[in-house]
Amino acid sequence: MINLSINGESRDLDVDPSTPLLWVIRDYAGLTGTKFGCGIAQCGACTVHVDGKPVRSCVMPASAAVGRQITTIEGISAGKDGLHPVQQAWIDEQVPQCGYCQSGQIMAAAALLERTPSPTDADINAAMSGVVCRCGTYPRIRKGIKRAAAAIANARPAETDNG
Amino acid sequence: MGKWTRRAFITSGVAAGGVVVFGVAIRRGERSDKVRGLVAAEGEALFDVWLKIAPDNTITAIIPHADMGQGVHTALAMMLADELDADWSTVRFEEAPAHREFANYALARGYSTGGMDFPAWLVDSIDGLFFRATQMMGLQITGGSLSVRTTGEVAMRVTGAATRSVLLEAAAAEWGVPVSELTAADSMIRHANSGRESTFAHFAPAAAELHLPDKPALKSPDAFRIMGTSPPRSDVPPKVDGTANFGIDAVLPGMKYAAVKAAPIFGGRVVSVDESSIQDMPGVRKVVNLDDAVVVIADGYWQAKKALDRLAVEFGDGGNGGASQAGIFQQFSDELDSAAAVGKATDDFVAGDAAASLDAAARVLEAEYRVPYLAHATMEPMNCTAWVHDDRCELWLGTQNPLGFAQQVAKAIGMDQSQVVLHNQYLGGGFGRRAFDDFAIQAARLAADAPYPVKLVWSREEDMRHDHYRQASISRFRGGLDASGNAVAWHNLYVNKHDPEEAPHIPYAIANQFIAYSESETHVPWGFWRSVDHSLHAFFTESFIDELAVAAGRDTYDYRRALLAGSPRFLAVLDLAAEKAGWGATLPDNMGRGIAIHRSFGTIVAQVVDVEIAGGKPVARRVVCAVDPGFAVHPDNLAAQMESGIAYGLTAALYGEISIKGGAVAQSNFHDYRMLRMDEAPDVETYIVNGGGQTGGAGEPGTPPIAPAFTNAIYDATGIRIRELPVSKHELRLKDIEDVA
Repeated sequence: MINLSINGESRDLDVDPSTPLLWVIRDYAGLTGTKFGCGIAQCGACTVHVDGKPVRSCVMPASAAVGRQITTIEGISAGKDGLHPVQQAWIDEQVPQCGYCQSGQIMAAAALLERTPSPTDADINAAMSGVVCRCGTYPRIRKGIKRAAAAIANARPAETDNG
Repeated sequence: MGKWTRRAFITSGVAAGGVVVFGVAIRRGERSDKVRGLVAAEGEALFDVWLKIAPDNTITAIIPHADMGQGVHTALAMMLADELDADWSTVRFEEAPAHREFANYALARGYSTGGMDFPAWLVDSIDGLFFRATQMMGLQITGGSLSVRTTGEVAMRVTGAATRSVLLEAAAAEWGVPVSELTAADSMIRHANSGRESTFAHFAPAAAELHLPDKPALKSPDAFRIMGTSPPRSDVPPKVDGTANFGIDAVLPGMKYAAVKAAPIFGGRVVSVDESSIQDMPGVRKVVNLDDAVVVIADGYWQAKKALDRLAVEFGDGGNGGASQAGIFQQFSDELDSAAAVGKATDDFVAGDAAASLDAAARVLEAEYRVPYLAHATMEPMNCTAWVHDDRCELWLGTQNPLGFAQQVAKAIGMDQSQVVLHNQYLGGGFGRRAFDDFAIQAARLAADAPYPVKLVWSREEDMRHDHYRQASISRFRGGLDASGNAVAWHNLYVNKHDPEEAPHIPYAIANQFIAYSESETHVPWGFWRSVDHSLHAFFTESFIDELAVAAGRDTYDYRRALLAGSPRFLAVLDLAAEKAGWGATLPDNMGRGIAIHRSFGTIVAQVVDVEIAGGKPVARRVVCAVDPGFAVHPDNLAAQMESGIAYGLTAALYGEISIKGGAVAQSNFHDYRMLRMDEAPDVETYIVNGGGQTGGAGEPGTPPIAPAFTNAIYDATGIRIRELPVSKHELRLKDIEDVA
């Protein structure tokens, strides 16, 4: 038995704590948006946030996430109807093709914008090169990140005014 | 049975709840009742295959193809909606279930045997595409870049136009006015003179009683209102919030998980399994010997995987343990030597007299090119969830060939095909791999012998080592130049041919050509790989024409231009790519520029690559892509497919290599079968030419030209001609490195 906080919800899960977080999220917590791609932290399809930082859940034992905040693609939306700015940018730029890697791409991009609100191309390369897209959506991912960065920047003054 | 009448094929009519269905050709009676049960929701009924009109005036297109990211659902629905003059905002689609009734086997079979009459409007409106179209639709195969150019052109557009016609006829009858005074737009019919208007749905029941026209008039491109625009793809929103269900996401009550390890050497079998090696491992349900693979079934996937890793199992080598990559290339080389010596090669294409022309040429160039085996490496590893219960087998998976899978699964577990129900999910990449049913058969065999549903998930290693591979090949050329450097002879001999058959053909006006091949079998399983034979031949032919241009001392773009003077569509595409790329401008010393052009699946693509050599490593910085698919149904999606095809082909050109060692695949995962990543991905600019004529494909034609455009650019930068892929095998340095230093 292990207790994990996933998307703000505390869950008791009957699983060996040495099991990689990926399989705990998918098969025990039932959140299938996070994907299995390689099992050796080479493709990034399994990227989730642990305490806000992107991690490869396929190689992180679930025990290492105990007491920390795990966020998956299902938990990243800003509100109950709202999409995260990265998700909206992905729709606006029509980024996904097969879509299988995109949860990982979006989680990596969201983490990048959290720490680097106006990323350069070099920042984008550094943050995103760990996540493989076999459909080659990289040019649109790059555009999507820039669009999301602009959307977040535009939203900030408005929030300040309202506040 | 007697001849089928047109009416029997065009079953349309009103259903309970007022839903009306139109389309191309399925039988009335018992079989369409089955289809009705599969597709129609409560209160709906299905009269035919491709188009439903509901009482609320929503339109549903039923599409017999899988979407694996190529946007085909949206594109096909657009084609139907445009001819129908539907309101795009209320058009929906459903993927046809894997069921014979959707396959139109009757159409294909009847056509091939001549045993049936066909609706004249079908036969007459579709030219020579008809047979291939029915074959493709019959098999529900998604491949060959065919969805838009056959299903779209033949079924969707024709059905839309025919249905629009009977709707107008029904409106004219009800209002007592001539059809010529009516207009259709946005799923409404209007009579301007009287100001009357009503919905398609209003007229649909009456329309269903009318005969669909024999030859519905299709719109000319200037009348398109939906085709040629780029509405957002309907599959994108679920792919950004994690709700899209891929095969691997299937969850069934009480299901168990299976991990599999097949004999590493192709052709090998299980010799022995020692189950005691995992007897105390938690969650393990059982070990299954599938003859050529072993499987552990456990309560959780990770439990199954860990137990499988520990399981003591011995495999045989099937007599292939001595095979090596060097040996395979030697075998190919020997085959070509022998074929050339005794003239036993099979002709692909012959024009003039290449041998005589080579003898008479002022200069003869020779070159040999090699390409390795390639894996598909879809991001979603192969997987299938199977449940055998109540005399049937249900499957959840992503497949490019649902009917073929159902048929083979039925055979493997001793069922009738009607007992196999396949639920096609989103495909986490296809590229040809998901046309092969090995993983589905494994899952079904496991489930057939289990009291619970079984989810089988291949590891990445299993996926890479048990793919169906793009073939390795060798291609040899001899080219003859006259005294002015003009190409006069093209002699090409290569090993192993699959399809499409025109893949090694060149568009260039060279008077004397001899293109031939010889077969040399290996034990490595072959498979369709994005663009199939085009993926190798474009590299071969577009490299060699570049070599001829360089040997002639001519600009590589101008040299191609001269040889394409009689092919205006090729020329337009080549010129557009060169112009947009700024061909001829001076580049920095550490950069080079290359060009290539190739037609595949009816679409012409030219690409110009700018490559930067950084620390001995070539990086494609910019790709300018010009494409003529005839007509771009969804231009943004066509651009996306070019971007995708370029990345896929560039990955292979730069890194792609599956090699055989001790009879097995040496590579195992993304660390040794490398992928193009964000920091190496070029900017891609796509420019579209709507050149007219038959509609071409989109999913594959972007791939073939990128490898030669890339290696031609490397030559421009370094003077090093890459004749064997992948590029990463080669040491590169800048051409003028001494001067630069």
